[in-house]
Amino acid sequence: MIDLTRRTAADLADALASGEITSVALTEAHLDRIAAVEGDVHAFLHVDREGALAQAAESDRRRESGSPASGLDGIPIAVKDVLTTRGLPTTCGSKILEGWVPPYDATVVTRLRAAGLPILGKTNMDEFAMGSSTEHSAYGPTHNPWDLDRIPGGSGGGSAAAVAAFEAPLAIGTDTGGSIRQPGAVTGTIGVKPTYGGVSRYGLVALANSLDQAGPVTRTVLDAALLHELIGGHDPLDSTSIDQPLPDLVGAVRAGEGGDLSGVRIGVVTELGGEGYQSGVLARFQESVDLMVKAGAGVVEVSCPSFVHALATYYLILPAEASSNLAKFDAMRYGMRVVPQGSTPDFRPSAEDVMRATRDAGFGDEVKRRIILGTYALSSGYYDAYYGQAQKVRTLITQDFATAFGKADVLVSPTAPTTAFKLGEKLDDPLAMYLNDLATIPANLAGIPGISVPSGLADEDGLPAGVQILAPALADDRVYRVGAALETLLRREWGGPLLDRAPDLDMRDRRGEASA
Amino acid sequence: MPEITREQVAHLADLARIDLSEAELDHLAPQLNVILESIASIQGVAGDDVPPTSHSVPLTNVFREDVVVPGLTPEEALSGAPASEGQRFSVPRILGDEQ
Repeated sequence: MIDLTRRTAADLADALASGEITSVALTEAHLDRIAAVEGDVHAFLHVDREGALAQAAESDRRRESGSPASGLDGIPIAVKDVLTTRGLPTTCGSKILEGWVPPYDATVVTRLRAAGLPILGKTNMDEFAMGSSTEHSAYGPTHNPWDLDRIPGGSGGGSAAAVAAFEAPLAIGTDTGGSIRQPGAVTGTIGVKPTYGGVSRYGLVALANSLDQAGPVTRTVLDAALLHELIGGHDPLDSTSIDQPLPDLVGAVRAGEGGDLSGVRIGVVTELGGEGYQSGVLARFQESVDLMVKAGAGVVEVSCPSFVHALATYYLILPAEASSNLAKFDAMRYGMRVVPQGSTPDFRPSAEDVMRATRDAGFGDEVKRRIILGTYALSSGYYDAYYGQAQKVRTLITQDFATAFGKADVLVSPTAPTTAFKLGEKLDDPLAMYLNDLATIPANLAGIPGISVPSGLADEDGLPAGVQILAPALADDRVYRVGAALETLLRREWGGPLLDRAPDLDMRDRRGEASA
Repeated sequence: MPEITREQVAHLADLARIDLSEAELDHLAPQLNVILESIASIQGVAGDDVPPTSHSVPLTNVFREDVVVPGLTPEEALSGAPASEGQRFSVPRILGDEQ
């Protein structure tokens, strides 16, 4: 029998349904895997062994009585630590929330629980989802399973690394400027950012509420569709939730997985490639496009001239929203409270003194940078020149997408400009870090869905690269259809999944033990 | 492009209620300048005729039925509080000494 941790969620769902395996055995296998590799990978901030096994036992009882809660009942999952979980710590990767246990579940978590998925734990992330490497986590970085000296992407590097290292078959991520898709690209996994409003944001601790969107992190396109259908759809608790049914996502995967793309028009975005993109990433991208053309797709080059301003637009809108959202961390109702010591014995700190001291001690450098930047962008005298302009350019970017989707059904580009870089390489160079999201940011500004599918290994470093597929708002089914087709076409070339070529972390452990 | 000075950063940090140390100001101010330089290009890109976008999906107001639904209990609401007293959040003094 194949190791349980290496099987897909779809396959495991069948195995659970047929009685071949139990959820307890499956959950235990993943907890054992976590215990074996977490020392190297550090994908989790919190592992809930007891809770996950109890949920698995309940799932097995439901199966026995013939009433599973969903198709994925009993399949364990990892949840990014930015979603609130009742009874489980939620830190957002920040010291300011260390030890906080929320009294309520995010809607995504409510749906996972209702569907019977045991929650393995909470995954590591850049503090408040600000970053592209997971190095801005206050609890130490996550390591890329392909090369432990390299970043797993960010902000959702923990979720991506957890599925890449076979610690979880499924995970939840959130994507504000690429935090699901870019980690997917650099770890050789699948990441989907749904249409804005397609998955509830209730209980998702907001970074930039007009951009944030939760979505699936998986190893196959089909698994992503299964998870997306489970967490998506209207939620009255989120005022921006779209009040209409999701498209048939699993059906779209079925339509695409044969590898036929006849009649599909693919647009290559001129502005998302070329200068600043690593040659191996571009080479794998071009091969993917060629494969899709061979499979019947038509290809056109489309220009989105306003995209050159996307990064600047994003780094005005995001800090502006973030500085306002993070004002709630005031040391009064939850989280850290630091009481400053005065210079005189009769010093009685005020609420403001406490707030200032707490926010200094509780927030990391990147959070402080962005709060100050946002405060600047929103100050009178600069508002029109910066924030006001950014909102207008956001309109132009959305219009560019509309024009492009007039000529193509989906748009494609490399997901990230480079493969995984070394830990520490860009940590104190914010601008270099920001450039990692060059290709993913436009979709967040326009609210459209996107998927990252592994495109192969770059020649120069042997590390994974990704292809991004974007579709118009509400047409999430298109990214699944084309994503599934590309996955099939590439696997035919490779003779199996890309992750089969990742180094064996177990072997590394055994070598380590032998030499110890 | 007006440069952002160390004093301005200190002022912004004060507005954002973050007590930055001298060393942090030395570190952050030049970094913020580099970021601002890179985003300054956005000025003047869109003309007056371009409408702003605040949300990518058009938003309309939503009403719900006026029925009572369970919320957090006082114990739950206070469960994460740094300090509480008699079903209330306990906070440091909110008025200055001179007030």
